[in-house]
Amino acid sequence: MKILVPVKRVVDYNVKVRVKPDHSDVDLANVKMDMNPFCEIAVEEAVRLKEQGIAEEVVVVSIGEAKSEEQIRKAMALGADRGILITTDVAPGSLSVAKLLKAVVDEEQPGLVILGKQSIDSDNNQTGQMLGALTGMAQGTFASKLVIEGDRAKVTREIDGGLQTISLKLPAIVTTDLRLNEPRYAKLPDIMKAKRKPLDKKTPADLGVEIKASLTTVKVEPPAERQGGIKVGSVAELVDKLKNEAKVLS
Amino acid sequence: MSILVIAEHTNDALSPATASVVTAAAAIGGDIDVLVAGHNAGAAAEAAAKLSGVNKVLLADASAYEHSLAENLAALIAEQGKAYTHILTAATTVGKNVLPRVAALLDVEQISEILAVESADTFKRPIYAGNAIATVQSSDPIKVITVRTTAFDACAEDGSASIETLSADTDVGISEFVGEELAKSDRPELTAARIVVSGGRGLQNGDNFQLLYKVADKLDAAVGASRAAVDAGYVPNDMQVGQTGKIVAPELYIAVGISGQIQHLAGMKDSKVIVAINKDEDAPIFQVADYGLVADLFEALPELEQAL
Repeated sequence: MKILVPVKRVVDYNVKVRVKPDHSDVDLANVKMDMNPFCEIAVEEAVRLKEQGIAEEVVVVSIGEAKSEEQIRKAMALGADRGILITTDVAPGSLSVAKLLKAVVDEEQPGLVILGKQSIDSDNNQTGQMLGALTGMAQGTFASKLVIEGDRAKVTREIDGGLQTISLKLPAIVTTDLRLNEPRYAKLPDIMKAKRKPLDKKTPADLGVEIKASLTTVKVEPPAERQGGIKVGSVAELVDKLKNEAKVLS
Repeated sequence: MSILVIAEHTNDALSPATASVVTAAAAIGGDIDVLVAGHNAGAAAEAAAKLSGVNKVLLADASAYEHSLAENLAALIAEQGKAYTHILTAATTVGKNVLPRVAALLDVEQISEILAVESADTFKRPIYAGNAIATVQSSDPIKVITVRTTAFDACAEDGSASIETLSADTDVGISEFVGEELAKSDRPELTAARIVVSGGRGLQNGDNFQLLYKVADKLDAAVGASRAAVDAGYVPNDMQVGQTGKIVAPELYIAVGISGQIQHLAGMKDSKVIVAINKDEDAPIFQVADYGLVADLFEALPELEQAL
């Protein structure tokens, strides 16, 4: 089985982003970028399936600016076999991304597509589900456990009330939640080796996909700042403040 | 304008989240219909019919919809939704699972977790874990939207809409429900509780959460946890508050042994009053807390329980 893993270049999760003074967007100048953490979990899961002999090949695809090659190389250092980079001038919306991925799925015919459940920049949580709709594949979102059983995938999902397990006909889409696995660190020899792994570069036009922007960002503002409050000296003082000042306890 | 609200329910009951989505729908304006898709979900449909401002409830009652499988639900919603200008549901795990699939079937973008309605095509939503708020405008013929329910009050329950039963029963046949492990608790539900008490890595293990439960029970509070506490296996995933867990906005949020990573703050910083108890006086949680207590939680929690 071939596994396709889409990965996204995003701001490093430790960076606290700031809004630009003109409110046009967040300021990403000179900010450290990395692979989206949920995508890293997706790469790890695919590589583990290969190590278990369930998958033969792990193909990574990234869509965005040319520098997204760095994230593909990182995925290769973690164990992916080859990469596809689709460069775009503007950041495409989720539906356009899903259409580009659909075109890649048509070419590559993977048995499984594993994606992060959301990217930590736009926080949309959409692409996997949309790809499911466009390919007609079943989807197991927010996965905390994945077991391949013959021509089906058993996916345990993190839902609001606890855990749900579903069985999907393959090929299928799986999106990762935080507890699916703990990604490994790339070793230096693997980072060197990754530089020589095959990378195919394409454009949306090559894939016959026109990028539409039906959802536009009008402005980006900082959230209402919460003022830090006071320190209290004891539990008794805390309870007194909650009762008599904040009036949230009776 | 015409709006289809997809009800969040457990077949035998309507989730309070739906009443908040109806409020968001009313802010857009236009006729509001509610779709209840489930199995033996008559009770949920009747509850939906009472929501203020609802014109009509559509009930799709079939085994294919019992477990909210995305493939079956999305096919139904996309078919029913074609007649509307807006499709809204709560940004719960059910809503987040199914609505992007609906949007792609309708060839439109989806707008996630709106916080405010600016106009019928313009909405505010959080990005970067809530560190920025984007105003987005959609030119799609159908706006497909998930709603952050903590940002909208529940609507009243003084309505008496009619219930129309749909004959739909489409099992797409590519996914099956196997089982579920649902947390059972006598405490209030996290996203609906007036008071939330949350624990972090400072609790050190799952057993120590008993200290929190005792305080919570005195306050009739729900109990949450930071990602660190869930990752460490102290408590199950459904208790996680944060960017990728549950978003809560209670009247009182008490964070105990939680350092205050931005991912956690994203899930609770809209709470009305925030209390932080942490022995590290430099913990970032104190920057958002109205009342901070620098103390060893193993001493402070029993004392707090006694004082309540």
